[in-house]
Amino acid sequence: MEKDAHPYIPNSPRKIRNTLLKEIGVNDISELYSDVPERLFYKGKLKLPKVHSEYEIFKQVRRMLKKNRTVLDMCTFLGAGVWPHYIPAVIKALISRGEFLTSYTPYQAEISQGMLQTLFEYQSLMAELLEMPVVNASMYDWASALGEAALMTNRLTKKKVFLVPKIIHPERFSTLKTYAESAGIKIVQVNFNRDTGQLDLNDLDSKFNEFRGEVAGVYIENPSYLGFLETQVDEVSDIAHRNESLLVVGVDPTSLGVIRPPGDYDADIVVGEGQPLGNPLNFGGPLLGIFATKDDMKFIRQMPGRIIGMTKSEDGKYRGFVMTLQTREQHIRRERATSNICSNEALCAVAAAIYLSLLGKKGIVELGKTILYNSHYAMKKLNAIDGVKAPYFKAPHFKEFLVTFYREGISVETVHEKLLEKGIHGGKNVKREFPEFGESMLLCVTEIHTKEDIDELVSAIKEIVEGGR
Amino acid sequence: MVKEFQQAKWLEPLIFEIGGEGRIGHIVPNPDDEVKKEVGDIEKLIPEKLRRKDEPKLPELSEVEVVQHYTRLSQMNYGVDTGFYPLGSCTMKYNPRINEELASMEEVMWIHPYQDERTVQGALELMYKLERWLAEITGMHRFTLQPAAGAHGEFTGVQLIRAYHEYNGELDKRDEIIVPDSAHGTNPASAAMGGFKVIVVPSNENGCVDIEALKAAVSERTAGLMLTNPNTLGIFEERIEEIARIVHDVGGLLYYDGANLNAIVGKVRPGDMGFDIVHLNLHKTFGTPHGGGGPGAGPIGVTKELEKFLPVPLVEYDGEKYYLDWDRPHSIGKVKGFYGNFNVLVKAFAYILALGEEGLKTVAEISVLNTNYLVKKLKEIKGFELPYGKDKPRKHECVFSASPLKRDTKVRALNVAKRLLDFGIHAPTMYFPLIVHEALMIEPTETATKEQMDEFIESLRKISEEAYSNPEIVLSAPHNTSVTKLDEAMAARPKTLFLTWKMYLKKSSE
Repeated sequence: MEKDAHPYIPNSPRKIRNTLLKEIGVNDISELYSDVPERLFYKGKLKLPKVHSEYEIFKQVRRMLKKNRTVLDMCTFLGAGVWPHYIPAVIKALISRGEFLTSYTPYQAEISQGMLQTLFEYQSLMAELLEMPVVNASMYDWASALGEAALMTNRLTKKKVFLVPKIIHPERFSTLKTYAESAGIKIVQVNFNRDTGQLDLNDLDSKFNEFRGEVAGVYIENPSYLGFLETQVDEVSDIAHRNESLLVVGVDPTSLGVIRPPGDYDADIVVGEGQPLGNPLNFGGPLLGIFATKDDMKFIRQMPGRIIGMTKSEDGKYRGFVMTLQTREQHIRRERATSNICSNEALCAVAAAIYLSLLGKKGIVELGKTILYNSHYAMKKLNAIDGVKAPYFKAPHFKEFLVTFYREGISVETVHEKLLEKGIHGGKNVKREFPEFGESMLLCVTEIHTKEDIDELVSAIKEIVEGGR
Repeated sequence: MVKEFQQAKWLEPLIFEIGGEGRIGHIVPNPDDEVKKEVGDIEKLIPEKLRRKDEPKLPELSEVEVVQHYTRLSQMNYGVDTGFYPLGSCTMKYNPRINEELASMEEVMWIHPYQDERTVQGALELMYKLERWLAEITGMHRFTLQPAAGAHGEFTGVQLIRAYHEYNGELDKRDEIIVPDSAHGTNPASAAMGGFKVIVVPSNENGCVDIEALKAAVSERTAGLMLTNPNTLGIFEERIEEIARIVHDVGGLLYYDGANLNAIVGKVRPGDMGFDIVHLNLHKTFGTPHGGGGPGAGPIGVTKELEKFLPVPLVEYDGEKYYLDWDRPHSIGKVKGFYGNFNVLVKAFAYILALGEEGLKTVAEISVLNTNYLVKKLKEIKGFELPYGKDKPRKHECVFSASPLKRDTKVRALNVAKRLLDFGIHAPTMYFPLIVHEALMIEPTETATKEQMDEFIESLRKISEEAYSNPEIVLSAPHNTSVTKLDEAMAARPKTLFLTWKMYLKKSSE
């Protein structure tokens, strides 16, 4: 074997290299770098690995990653923005096809109809779920989609304040601030009802008074970060629109088989996280940012991101799909673009399209019902334990809820530690973010949690809490 | 020598037009009977006014139909696995399959970002080591792996520029970011998103930054300069150190757009050229697949001085265990949820292992060798010319102009690109950079074979001949793809704007 030959580099063998060099008319590759100042070449030895064989890579990376314990190894009740759901085997098989996996953004429409039609289907399936007529081909994730939504409300209204609930995912909130503040948008938080978690409508009104004529948009989440449902959607929508502001709604799409879609309460922009639709946890990435809006050219022209449209061949004979309204985008409009986004999460959108096609209109409702059953079973059983309250809020919930430990000496950390000893991973500790809710942990229960899993969690917590007596 | 090609043409209906009532594609787990009994009527769990009344109008298909539908659609798509993909500035190199296999491990797919750190030591170790390798390759101090894409990295970089000037109390007066006229569109867009005014500097006759124009453009208002090197013409900015000095002398920062790193990876480091902030596209230089538009990953590297501003969290190692450091008071915060596109990071990690220090140098050298071979051969074809720095060697890519062809035959770069598809070759990037008329931006990468490049050359030669003898066949291309030329104007006209099936049904019923 030649020392210089590498399986990924077909022209690496000496003889082929020399042929090319001769054709070009130079003696050595270094001549092709003759314009690079000599002192800029790195002279030392880079602290990088040697060349590895495929088997060595396989072995080394596997050995490293095997140190992880998966949510399949230990029963896990974590959600908080990335949720464990089963992924039908079909999805991996289809998205691994090289024609999809190794293609670029479909700039050349005629040779990329497969990806374009699939992304159009993703937009269309999502539109049905959200009851929003316009959906883009994906954003990075829910958090960055929210940031972009705030910027879009500002472009549409020319106003500079964006209202969000105090109960919001801290990472989403931080991302929103990064996006909004450099654009001169002020993020203001609205209070909540201490018992129910619901948005405090009086405070919402007073924020509108305080920032009269300046509020670009109001953002609510359904389900909220802490799992409860916001029931005052019509009221919030009304207040926002009466004040000539826009309503932005964040969603978990797995809830929309059973919960009212945001298009139904007049949302102007919808964002959300598409990961639970056929995409793995992947330690938090890649995710799938959902972004949707109304069928109104004023709104559509201000949308960020790629959008696929349906059209015909120029001879009128065939249906086809293209990236459309590209004059909004950075490669045409440069500094006046609606966003800088270029690469998105297309393959995750493909997975979501396949997932929604597999589940269909009945399956998505079934999914919602199973989650409701399982999560409420968990809440009921946990709440029956002396010293445990679940859910914390007196409000309807979907798949996540706060569980609170109020027995002396029982902290979230103790519960977490002891659960882990028993091979169970509890929920997210939210004490740092929301100290006002005491010793609370955010639990997530989906269709992958069986009765046995939940019973195991419940009896473990019972033992921990009662053992601490 | 040119290929005879016919792409699959299934006339595949939309997913909404197939299937049948009552079919299901997947059985969702049904709750245990005891669970149902215990919970009771779930209707009552959601208040009436928040319940969904009508089922979403999703199609009803069996698993079989779904598999066949999307398999057919995949056959109407073209990837690196299909053939030559010389899409300039996109570095469409081969995506090793071992990387996919490793990224599909349960220990990647089924780990949650909020798991106890003791249970994800492998993931944190991988991120920690990848960060150090990227720092070594670029000559930077630290990296954040959080940005999800190149443009997202740019956005992050611009936020770092803001944070730096704000920290120094100068943000109020430093409101300008300079970009060359040959820059990627994302550069000015990212600068604008970060709240900066964009100042464009022209290129000189060699396609490099016009130094005098740059000197005139910088001032105490300069926050930074965004630059890619080699630039989008595939030409190395020889006077990069001088450029860095000019920007640094007025107190600005130098940002490196890593889209074009492939030509110099392992040989020349942006840090040594004087850059303060560097983004990398793992889905370009480091061989991770582009997935039809994403996910990618756009890590950002910085100098020691800027480390404190990086997004939270960073991965640290205390000698015994890896952990996430959230306690970074000067951080710009988050640019997205969690820690970045982890499965892309796994693939890039495996890629660097496969190539090693020596292999990465070979990547750069062969990508440059391949480009210059194309330059040499394509210069001989009638109708195409190589503008700017005619005698300068190219790096990862070259940009030809089809202006002579257009002048002689009315055949434009667009037509050439479409006709190339007929020969089973993906088209180059068209009409970019903006400073070249009728631009065809060609990047072969190191994973092209000589045979593929020869086919490409022959195809372009044939297209040139056709343009001069029988232009109609070029003007009406493509002929051999799943569909013939599409009506893009119709797609964007408000009356026939169909962005979803819902929108189409509504408009056609009106």
